[in-house]
Amino acid sequence: MVCFLIALAILLAGGLLAFAAGAFRSEIANVAACLLGAGSAVLGGALVMATALRVLLSGREQTLRLAWPLPLASANMELDPLSAFFAVTVALVTMLAAIYGGQYLLAHAIKGDSPHLCAAPSGPFRQMGTVPFCGRKKLGTSWLFFNLLTVSMLVVVAARNGVLFLASWELMSLSSFFLVTQEHEKEDVRRAGWTYLVAMHLGTVFLLALFLLLGRNAESLDFDRFSTAAAPTGLLFLLAVVGFGAKAGFIPLHVWLPEAHPAAPSHVSAVMSGVMIKMGIYGLLRMLTLLGEPAPWWGWTLLLIGLVSGVLGVLYALAQHDLKRLLAYHSVENIGIIALGLGLGLLGISYKNPAMAMLGFTGALLHVLNHALFKSLLFLCAGSVLHATNCGQLDRLGGLLRRMPVTGVTFLIAAVAIVGLPPLNGFVSEFLIYLAALAGLKSPAGAAVWPLTTVVVIGGLALIGGLAAACFAKAFGIVFLGEARSAEVAQAHEAEAAMQWPMVMLAALCVAIGLTAPLWPSVLAPAVAAIVPGAQVASAQPLTGIVLGSCLLLALIVMLVLVRRKVLAGRRVERAVTWDCGYTAPTPRMQYTASSFAQPLVLLFRLFLQPREEIHRPEGLFPKRASLHTHTADVFRQRIYQPLFTGIAWLATKLHWFQQGRIQVYVLYIALTIFILLIWKLG
Amino acid sequence: MSLLASLIHVVCALLLAPLLPGIINRVKAWYAGRRGPPLLQAYYDLWKLLHKGAVYSKTTTWLFVAGPIVGLACSGLAILIVPLGGVPGLVAFPGDFILLAYVLGLSRFFTILAALDTGSSFEGMGASREAFYAALAEPAMLLGLAAMTVQAHSLSLSNVYAAVTWGAMTTSAGPALLLVAAALLIVFLAENARIPVDDPNTHLELTMIHEVMVLDHSGPDLAMIEYGAMLKLWVLGTLLVGILVPVRSGFLGVDLIVGLGGMLVLAGLVGVVESTIARLRLVRVPQFLVAASVLSILAIVLVMR
Repeated sequence: MVCFLIALAILLAGGLLAFAAGAFRSEIANVAACLLGAGSAVLGGALVMATALRVLLSGREQTLRLAWPLPLASANMELDPLSAFFAVTVALVTMLAAIYGGQYLLAHAIKGDSPHLCAAPSGPFRQMGTVPFCGRKKLGTSWLFFNLLTVSMLVVVAARNGVLFLASWELMSLSSFFLVTQEHEKEDVRRAGWTYLVAMHLGTVFLLALFLLLGRNAESLDFDRFSTAAAPTGLLFLLAVVGFGAKAGFIPLHVWLPEAHPAAPSHVSAVMSGVMIKMGIYGLLRMLTLLGEPAPWWGWTLLLIGLVSGVLGVLYALAQHDLKRLLAYHSVENIGIIALGLGLGLLGISYKNPAMAMLGFTGALLHVLNHALFKSLLFLCAGSVLHATNCGQLDRLGGLLRRMPVTGVTFLIAAVAIVGLPPLNGFVSEFLIYLAALAGLKSPAGAAVWPLTTVVVIGGLALIGGLAAACFAKAFGIVFLGEARSAEVAQAHEAEAAMQWPMVMLAALCVAIGLTAPLWPSVLAPAVAAIVPGAQVASAQPLTGIVLGSCLLLALIVMLVLVRRKVLAGRRVERAVTWDCGYTAPTPRMQYTASSFAQPLVLLFRLFLQPREEIHRPEGLFPKRASLHTHTADVFRQRIYQPLFTGIAWLATKLHWFQQGRIQVYVLYIALTIFILLIWKLG
Repeated sequence: MSLLASLIHVVCALLLAPLLPGIINRVKAWYAGRRGPPLLQAYYDLWKLLHKGAVYSKTTTWLFVAGPIVGLACSGLAILIVPLGGVPGLVAFPGDFILLAYVLGLSRFFTILAALDTGSSFEGMGASREAFYAALAEPAMLLGLAAMTVQAHSLSLSNVYAAVTWGAMTTSAGPALLLVAAALLIVFLAENARIPVDDPNTHLELTMIHEVMVLDHSGPDLAMIEYGAMLKLWVLGTLLVGILVPVRSGFLGVDLIVGLGGMLVLAGLVGVVESTIARLRLVRVPQFLVAASVLSILAIVLVMR
């Protein structure tokens, strides 16, 4: 635990020093800030990794009890295997993102352009193209908040007191808010930040209620003294689902995700999408350890949330035109897959099926780690693409695999992993969740409900997998394959080495987990044991089978590569143009676009997506202009939140008459209040 | 003993897979009153392609070359997993049917990417349609196989198919198995680019799905694609034959011969289907595929009752 505290201190000190160094507006100050910030993040992360891995592998928790002179508060912290697992994930992703971020921010600073909006060439920022970014922005601030975000996530997973937990939870939301709004001179970034801030605080309200109810009987907010006597556990569960679900991005609480992730700098998006939203999953799991025996409907609720988030998340992702927005919606989808695993785990506990509980929770936890790896990798790759081309619009990119080989290959690995295809890690966790759904079939308990879980989980996962494959075929195919669709993209360059290494590391980890699948159930078993007491480690036999399959597949691929080389040796191999049906003047703009690729699926699911089209057809014998714009807005934002908040704003204006600005009236209010209170107390 | 039978099945599959399209085309020719290509035409084609050089588009990258290789490797792995009736698969473990479905998914993913790598809008269109239909076919296949695992109380395809006997067909599981067979037939036709979903003989790029994706491949690459497609036809065919021919004699040799015969008959049936049914309009295909999922769900409800 001392190591853990030292790591936190290093992170904080590094952040503050970077902030201090960055106070000077010069290039050297910015370089110093990046070195200090990234260096401390790596050092602190490595210490946390060492501590947490020891806890996870030995199964012995480390505790720290400290008094904190605040009402109901104490600085109790503990690293048990569950906390340690999340701490490892946080430390791993933040370390790699920090290395990437150091280079990204500096390169960005020197280039001085704002990369996110190739569609908006107007405005003052284009003309500022040559003005160094560091003249306008101090990078030290960014590092201060980055390290604060890391510290707050680590404290969240270690905290064992409600006040400490909520304080660090709030710090996490605020520091990430400042990171999201780093480019606050853009209006859409400000709007995204605002949405994010509101969503986070609405979520926290539910958590506040949850903690107060849990701590009411013991009059203490220490986790080990929480009791569920003050309120029905079902209510507490629902509060936890809403409060933590807002962070995790369960549909319909996901609306901040597609706004905030694209707005943030890419290494921050990687951290937010890779690990910060998992804090919601951690919180939910931690509460499940405190709430006792789950009722069956809890599991069903999570299954429903998982199915809806998974399917709608990937459908919205399909309809997006912006690379980072697409990735943000995929986070919603993956959180849905995790929720499916959690739901199965809970059902396993309620129906006394330990094998199912174990497989469900193991699958969900492994997917937490896997998603942290491949999603942060995808955001880092997206960052490299933005950095190289200044463009995030899918339909203007293309042909980047040849110009950015490392980014391209790592993106491809991450894409195969996120789609859940063998032999990579995404398949392993999805496979465990499939097995959990099938484990119910052999047990007589709750026999009436298993058909439903099977249909929901197997059908749902298969559909999600198929749609995700379509979506990433689109994302990778349109961005990295074919020909460049605009002149700027044709001159793209590969990212700097400091940006490449973190991506290569993450890709290597995705492959490594895929090929070491049988080890993971036993590694995760201590963490799962916190939720499912006394369950056996899931059998590794099926996982050995898939690794055998993966190895056979790789061997076949190597063999075929050699055979092809042998067969083609000495033959004539030519280069020509792509077959174009005899058309003489093809241009890169005639390639299939991302929108056209996704159109059949978007059309099929138009009931949920409600895409809008704006068509100007070619008219007359010699048509001059024709155009097609498609746009898919988030239905939940448009149909639920917008009317709701407009309604609240309208109500608020109706209260204007109450606040007249005359001091006499306010004095009257005070007098009236005292009068009523006196009557109530004395009467 | 069972290992030997499995090995023989794998060898037979690798050798006989090109015979299936030959039979299909022969039956179609017979229906149309033509003589048709020789039964062994597919072997000649593969031989010819393997002896040619290759032409690559200037637009393409290494991924274009990787597509056929990954595709064929995936089909090869799938051949090792599937059982033929009572003959177990060479690689069998609990949950192998999920690996099977996802390996076919991996093959499709790389075929689609290789198509997009050419930058051709025809191939992009084919890729888009392939991804679209596959997303709808995948749930049908996994749900159907899941229903069978329930019936057999085992998660391994080899055990699942060993449990499909005459006895099982005559009990209450029979209707469920037939529903799964119907669902798998739809998946079989859709995944192998057959009528009524796709037409392998269509000559217009705009109406093709699978064929248009491989327009730019040539020589040994095209041979690998063609051979991979034949193996995939075999893989999905065994899943279907395993249910429709519930002969489990107890002698693996007999089962193997019956199974191989079943595969050849299945090819003939596909020829009949292709000769008698018109291709569906593209907008109707999703309904056809969703119907397969519905059949599978019905089967799950039936076996769990």
